[in-house]
Amino acid sequence: MTLDLTTVPLQGYLALAAILFCTGVWGLINSRNAVRVLMSIELMLNAVNINLMAFSSYLDGQLIRGQVFAIFVITVAAAEAAVGLAILLSLYRNRETVDMERFNLLRW
Amino acid sequence: MTIASSTQFICFIALSAAVAIGALGVVLLPNIVYSAFLLGGVFLSVAGLYLLLNASFVAAAQVLVYVGAVNVLILFAIMLVNKKENLAAIPGLALRRVLSGAVCAGLFALLLRVAFTTPWATPGPEPLGDEATIRIGEHLFSDYLLPFELASVLLLMAMIGAIVLARRDVFTTDIATGEPADQGLIEKSRTPLLLDQTGPANAGLQAPLLETNP
Repeated sequence: MTLDLTTVPLQGYLALAAILFCTGVWGLINSRNAVRVLMSIELMLNAVNINLMAFSSYLDGQLIRGQVFAIFVITVAAAEAAVGLAILLSLYRNRETVDMERFNLLRW
Repeated sequence: MTIASSTQFICFIALSAAVAIGALGVVLLPNIVYSAFLLGGVFLSVAGLYLLLNASFVAAAQVLVYVGAVNVLILFAIMLVNKKENLAAIPGLALRRVLSGAVCAGLFALLLRVAFTTPWATPGPEPLGDEATIRIGEHLFSDYLLPFELASVLLLMAMIGAIVLARRDVFTTDIATGEPADQGLIEKSRTPLLLDQTGPANAGLQAPLLETNP
Protein backbone atom coordinates (compact mmCIF):
# COMPACT_ATOMS: atom_id res chain seq x y z
CA MET A 1 0.00 0.00 0.00
CA THR A 2 1.48 3.32 -1.00
CA LEU A 3 0.72 6.30 1.14
CA ASP A 4 0.35 9.48 -0.87
CA LEU A 5 0.96 12.44 1.39
CA THR A 6 -0.70 15.04 -0.80
CA THR A 7 -4.28 13.79 -0.71
CA VAL A 8 -6.23 12.49 2.24
CA PRO A 9 -6.87 8.75 1.90
CA LEU A 10 -10.12 7.15 2.97
CA GLN A 11 -8.22 5.32 5.68
CA GLY A 12 -7.35 8.63 7.34
CA TYR A 13 -11.00 9.35 8.01
CA LEU A 14 -11.60 5.78 9.16
CA ALA A 15 -8.66 5.96 11.58
CA LEU A 16 -9.89 9.28 12.98
CA ALA A 17 -13.37 7.83 13.47
CA ALA A 18 -11.83 4.81 15.22
CA ILE A 19 -9.95 7.12 17.61
CA LEU A 20 -13.12 9.09 18.34
CA PHE A 21 -15.22 5.97 18.84
CA CYS A 22 -12.76 4.30 21.21
CA THR A 23 -12.42 7.50 23.23
CA GLY A 24 -16.20 7.58 23.50
CA VAL A 25 -16.38 3.95 24.60
CA TRP A 26 -13.74 4.52 27.27
CA GLY A 27 -15.55 7.60 28.55
CA LEU A 28 -18.86 5.76 28.53
CA ILE A 29 -17.46 3.01 30.74
CA ASN A 30 -15.42 5.15 33.11
CA SER A 31 -17.43 8.31 33.69
CA ARG A 32 -18.85 8.87 37.14
CA ASN A 33 -20.91 11.87 36.04
CA ALA A 34 -24.07 11.01 34.14
CA VAL A 35 -23.83 14.09 31.91
CA ARG A 36 -20.39 12.97 30.78
CA VAL A 37 -21.85 9.60 29.83
CA LEU A 38 -24.29 11.38 27.51
CA MET A 39 -21.40 13.39 26.05
CA SER A 40 -19.50 10.16 25.37
CA ILE A 41 -22.52 8.79 23.51
CA GLU A 42 -22.53 11.93 21.37
CA LEU A 43 -18.83 11.37 20.61
CA MET A 44 -19.56 7.83 19.44
CA LEU A 45 -22.44 8.99 17.24
CA ASN A 46 -20.14 11.57 15.67
CA ALA A 47 -17.55 8.87 14.96
CA VAL A 48 -20.17 6.82 13.13
CA ASN A 49 -21.21 9.93 11.21
CA ILE A 50 -17.63 10.57 10.10
CA ASN A 51 -17.46 7.01 8.78
CA LEU A 52 -20.73 7.40 6.89
CA MET A 53 -19.68 10.70 5.36
CA ALA A 54 -16.26 9.38 4.34
CA PHE A 55 -17.77 6.35 2.61
CA SER A 56 -20.37 8.58 0.97
CA SER A 57 -17.72 10.84 -0.45
CA TYR A 58 -15.12 8.26 -1.47
CA LEU A 59 -17.19 5.27 -2.61
CA ASP A 60 -20.64 6.64 -3.38
CA GLY A 61 -20.01 10.05 -4.87
CA GLN A 62 -23.07 10.24 -7.11
CA LEU A 63 -25.80 8.71 -4.95
CA ILE A 64 -24.78 10.23 -1.65
CA ARG A 65 -26.69 7.80 0.52
CA GLY A 66 -24.21 8.15 3.36
CA GLN A 67 -25.08 11.82 3.76
CA VAL A 68 -28.78 10.99 4.02
CA PHE A 69 -27.96 8.38 6.66
CA ALA A 70 -25.86 10.93 8.53
CA ILE A 71 -28.79 13.35 8.57
CA PHE A 72 -31.03 10.66 10.05
CA VAL A 73 -28.37 9.84 12.65
CA ILE A 74 -28.19 13.52 13.60
CA THR A 75 -32.00 13.55 14.00
CA VAL A 76 -32.00 10.50 16.23
CA ALA A 77 -29.08 11.89 18.23
CA ALA A 78 -31.01 15.08 18.91
CA ALA A 79 -34.02 13.08 20.12
CA GLU A 80 -31.75 10.87 22.22
CA ALA A 81 -30.06 13.85 23.85
CA ALA A 82 -33.39 15.46 24.74
CA VAL A 83 -34.87 12.31 26.28
CA GLY A 84 -31.59 11.34 27.98
CA LEU A 85 -31.21 14.69 29.65
CA ALA A 86 -34.86 14.65 30.73
CA ILE A 87 -34.30 11.23 32.33
CA LEU A 88 -31.18 12.63 33.98
CA LEU A 89 -33.10 15.57 35.45
CA SER A 90 -35.78 13.23 36.75
CA LEU A 91 -33.15 10.97 38.31
CA TYR A 92 -31.40 13.92 39.86
CA ARG A 93 -34.65 15.09 41.40
CA ASN A 94 -35.28 11.68 42.92
CA ARG A 95 -31.80 10.72 44.09
CA GLU A 96 -30.04 14.10 44.51
CA THR A 97 -26.92 12.91 42.73
CA VAL A 98 -25.46 12.44 39.27
CA ASP A 99 -23.02 9.71 40.31
CA MET A 100 -23.41 6.72 38.01
CA GLU A 101 -22.35 4.35 40.79
CA ARG A 102 -25.40 5.29 42.83
CA PHE A 103 -27.92 4.73 40.06
CA ASN A 104 -28.44 1.11 41.01
CA LEU A 105 -32.22 0.94 41.04
CA LEU A 106 -32.27 -1.81 38.43
CA ARG A 107 -29.36 -3.80 39.78
CA TRP A 108 -30.31 -7.24 40.98
CA MET B 1 -12.24 19.65 -5.36
CA THR B 2 -12.16 23.35 -5.06
CA ILE B 3 -9.09 23.77 -2.89
CA ALA B 4 -5.64 22.37 -3.50
CA SER B 5 -4.80 18.91 -2.27
CA SER B 6 -2.00 19.98 0.04
CA THR B 7 -4.22 22.60 1.65
CA GLN B 8 -6.85 19.94 2.09
CA PHE B 9 -4.32 17.63 3.71
CA ILE B 10 -3.16 20.31 6.13
CA CYS B 11 -6.78 21.12 7.01
CA PHE B 12 -7.45 17.44 7.61
CA ILE B 13 -4.46 17.10 9.92
CA ALA B 14 -5.43 20.18 11.92
CA LEU B 15 -9.09 19.18 12.23
CA SER B 16 -8.16 15.61 13.16
CA ALA B 17 -5.84 16.82 15.89
CA ALA B 18 -8.60 19.11 17.18
CA VAL B 19 -11.12 16.25 17.18
CA ALA B 20 -8.82 13.74 18.88
CA ILE B 21 -7.47 16.11 21.54
CA GLY B 22 -10.92 17.58 22.14
CA ALA B 23 -12.45 14.13 22.59
CA LEU B 24 -9.73 13.20 25.07
CA GLY B 25 -10.43 16.44 26.93
CA VAL B 26 -14.17 15.72 27.00
CA VAL B 27 -13.52 12.36 28.59
CA LEU B 28 -10.64 13.21 30.90
CA LEU B 29 -11.08 16.77 32.20
CA PRO B 30 -12.27 16.89 35.81
CA ASN B 31 -14.43 19.99 35.35
CA ILE B 32 -17.50 19.05 33.37
CA VAL B 33 -18.19 22.59 32.15
CA TYR B 34 -14.86 22.56 30.31
CA SER B 35 -15.84 19.18 28.91
CA ALA B 36 -19.09 20.58 27.54
CA PHE B 37 -17.34 23.49 25.79
CA LEU B 38 -14.69 21.15 24.38
CA LEU B 39 -17.54 18.97 23.10
CA GLY B 40 -18.77 22.00 21.16
CA GLY B 41 -15.28 22.36 19.71
CA VAL B 42 -15.28 18.71 18.68
CA PHE B 43 -18.64 19.15 16.97
CA LEU B 44 -17.36 22.20 15.08
CA SER B 45 -14.23 20.34 13.99
CA VAL B 46 -16.35 17.45 12.74
CA ALA B 47 -18.40 19.96 10.76
CA GLY B 48 -15.14 21.18 9.21
CA LEU B 49 -14.31 17.60 8.24
CA TYR B 50 -17.71 17.37 6.54
CA LEU B 51 -16.87 20.49 4.56
CA LEU B 52 -13.64 18.78 3.46
CA LEU B 53 -15.78 15.85 2.30
CA ASN B 54 -17.89 18.10 0.01
CA ALA B 55 -20.96 17.91 2.23
CA SER B 56 -21.91 21.49 2.98
CA PHE B 57 -25.53 20.69 3.88
CA VAL B 58 -24.63 18.09 6.48
CA ALA B 59 -21.96 20.42 7.87
CA ALA B 60 -24.59 23.12 8.32
CA ALA B 61 -26.96 20.61 9.92
CA GLN B 62 -24.16 19.49 12.23
CA VAL B 63 -23.47 23.04 13.37
CA LEU B 64 -27.15 23.85 13.81
CA VAL B 65 -28.26 20.66 15.53
CA TYR B 66 -25.19 19.60 17.50
CA VAL B 67 -23.60 22.90 18.44
CA GLY B 68 -26.81 24.88 18.52
CA ALA B 69 -29.15 22.42 20.16
CA VAL B 70 -27.47 19.39 21.72
CA ASN B 71 -24.51 21.22 23.22
CA VAL B 72 -26.69 23.98 24.63
CA LEU B 73 -29.00 21.32 26.06
CA ILE B 74 -26.05 19.60 27.72
CA LEU B 75 -24.86 22.92 29.16
CA PHE B 76 -28.34 23.57 30.55
CA ALA B 77 -28.41 20.11 32.11
CA ILE B 78 -24.99 20.68 33.66
CA MET B 79 -26.11 23.93 35.18
CA LEU B 80 -29.31 22.35 36.50
CA VAL B 81 -27.58 19.44 38.20
CA ASN B 82 -24.27 21.12 39.02
CA LYS B 83 -23.93 20.28 42.66
CA LYS B 84 -20.54 19.86 44.22
CA GLU B 85 -20.50 16.36 45.57
CA ASN B 86 -17.68 14.28 46.83
CA LEU B 87 -17.80 11.03 44.96
CA ALA B 88 -17.42 8.02 47.18
CA ALA B 89 -14.37 5.95 46.44
CA ILE B 90 -15.06 2.76 44.55
CA PRO B 91 -12.76 -0.20 45.17
CA GLY B 92 -10.96 -1.35 42.07
CA LEU B 93 -11.61 1.80 40.08
CA ALA B 94 -8.04 2.08 38.79
CA LEU B 95 -8.09 -1.56 37.73
CA ARG B 96 -11.36 -1.00 35.92
CA ARG B 97 -9.90 1.99 34.09
CA VAL B 98 -6.85 0.03 33.00
CA LEU B 99 -8.90 -2.96 31.88
CA SER B 100 -11.40 -0.87 29.93
CA GLY B 101 -8.51 1.05 28.41
CA ALA B 102 -7.03 -2.25 27.24
CA VAL B 103 -10.38 -3.30 25.78
CA CYS B 104 -10.71 0.03 23.96
CA ALA B 105 -7.16 -0.23 22.64
CA GLY B 106 -7.99 -3.70 21.32
CA LEU B 107 -11.11 -2.38 19.65
CA PHE B 108 -9.07 0.44 18.15
CA ALA B 109 -6.49 -2.00 16.78
CA LEU B 110 -9.26 -4.14 15.30
CA LEU B 111 -10.90 -1.14 13.61
CA LEU B 112 -7.56 0.07 12.26
CA ARG B 113 -6.75 -3.37 10.90
CA VAL B 114 -10.11 -3.57 9.14
CA ALA B 115 -9.67 -0.07 7.73
CA PHE B 116 -6.18 -0.69 6.38
CA THR B 117 -6.50 -4.25 5.10
CA THR B 118 -9.85 -4.04 3.32
CA PRO B 119 -9.39 -3.35 -0.39
CA TRP B 120 -11.70 -0.35 -0.69
CA ALA B 121 -12.99 0.35 -4.19
CA THR B 122 -11.33 3.77 -4.36
CA PRO B 123 -11.48 5.93 -6.33
CA GLY B 124 -15.21 5.64 -6.65
CA PRO B 125 -17.48 7.84 -8.75
CA GLU B 126 -16.69 11.52 -8.95
CA PRO B 127 -18.15 13.36 -5.92
CA LEU B 128 -21.06 15.64 -6.59
CA GLY B 129 -19.75 18.74 -4.89
CA ASP B 130 -22.24 21.57 -4.69
CA GLU B 131 -25.13 19.55 -6.07
CA ALA B 132 -25.14 17.34 -2.99
CA THR B 133 -27.91 19.36 -1.37
CA ILE B 134 -30.17 18.87 -4.40
CA ARG B 135 -29.47 15.14 -4.36
CA ILE B 136 -30.22 14.92 -0.62
CA GLY B 137 -33.55 16.63 -1.21
CA GLU B 138 -34.39 14.19 -3.99
CA HIS B 139 -33.50 11.27 -1.72
CA LEU B 140 -35.55 12.59 1.19
CA PHE B 141 -38.68 12.99 -0.92
CA SER B 142 -38.45 9.84 -3.02
CA ASP B 143 -36.79 6.69 -1.73
CA TYR B 144 -36.23 7.87 1.85
CA LEU B 145 -39.69 9.36 2.28
CA LEU B 146 -40.87 6.90 4.91
CA PRO B 147 -37.82 7.36 7.20
CA PHE B 148 -38.16 11.10 6.72
CA GLU B 149 -41.75 11.08 7.95
CA LEU B 150 -40.93 8.65 10.73
CA ALA B 151 -38.17 11.01 11.85
CA SER B 152 -40.73 13.76 12.33
CA VAL B 153 -42.91 11.42 14.39
CA LEU B 154 -39.83 10.42 16.40
CA LEU B 155 -38.99 14.05 17.11
CA LEU B 156 -42.56 14.71 18.26
CA MET B 157 -42.45 11.68 20.54
CA ALA B 158 -39.08 12.73 21.94
CA MET B 159 -40.36 16.24 22.59
CA ILE B 160 -43.47 15.04 24.45
CA GLY B 161 -41.47 12.41 26.31
CA ALA B 162 -38.86 14.91 27.42
CA ILE B 163 -41.54 17.28 28.69
CA VAL B 164 -43.33 14.49 30.57
CA LEU B 165 -40.11 13.19 32.10
CA ALA B 166 -38.62 16.52 33.10
CA ARG B 167 -41.63 18.18 34.64
CA ARG B 168 -42.71 17.68 38.20
CA ASP B 169 -44.41 14.39 38.94
CA VAL B 170 -47.74 15.72 40.15
CA PHE B 171 -49.24 19.12 40.02
CA THR B 172 -50.39 19.54 43.55
CA THR B 173 -52.95 22.08 44.57
CA ASP B 174 -53.14 23.91 47.80
CA ILE B 175 -55.86 22.34 49.88
CA ALA B 176 -56.90 25.55 51.57
CA THR B 177 -57.05 27.86 48.56
CA GLY B 178 -57.30 25.46 45.63
CA GLU B 179 -54.54 27.25 43.76
CA PRO B 180 -51.74 25.35 42.09
CA ALA B 181 -48.78 25.01 44.38
CA ASP B 182 -45.36 23.49 44.65
CA GLN B 183 -44.31 24.27 41.10
CA GLY B 184 -41.04 26.02 41.69
CA LEU B 185 -38.00 25.73 39.52
CA ILE B 186 -36.42 22.34 39.25
CA GLU B 187 -33.22 23.14 41.04
CA LYS B 188 -35.04 24.84 43.89
CA SER B 189 -35.58 22.53 46.78
CA ARG B 190 -39.18 21.60 47.35
CA THR B 191 -40.45 24.04 49.91
CA PRO B 192 -42.75 22.35 52.38
CA LEU B 193 -46.16 23.95 52.10
CA LEU B 194 -48.51 24.53 54.99
CA LEU B 195 -45.68 24.19 57.45
CA ASP B 196 -44.48 26.70 59.91
CA GLN B 197 -41.47 28.45 58.44
CA THR B 198 -41.49 31.93 59.85
CA GLY B 199 -41.47 31.08 63.50
CA PRO B 200 -43.87 30.72 66.36
CA ALA B 201 -45.75 33.90 65.41
CA ASN B 202 -47.46 32.12 62.53
CA ALA B 203 -47.93 28.81 64.28
CA GLY B 204 -51.43 29.56 65.38
CA LEU B 205 -52.45 30.56 61.88
CA GLN B 206 -51.04 27.48 60.18
CA ALA B 207 -51.98 24.80 62.65
CA PRO B 208 -55.61 24.42 61.47
CA LEU B 209 -54.44 24.09 57.87
CA LEU B 210 -52.15 21.29 58.88
CA GLU B 211 -55.01 19.36 60.40
CA THR B 212 -57.07 19.50 57.23
CA ASN B 213 -54.17 18.03 55.27
CA PRO B 214 -54.77 14.26 55.05
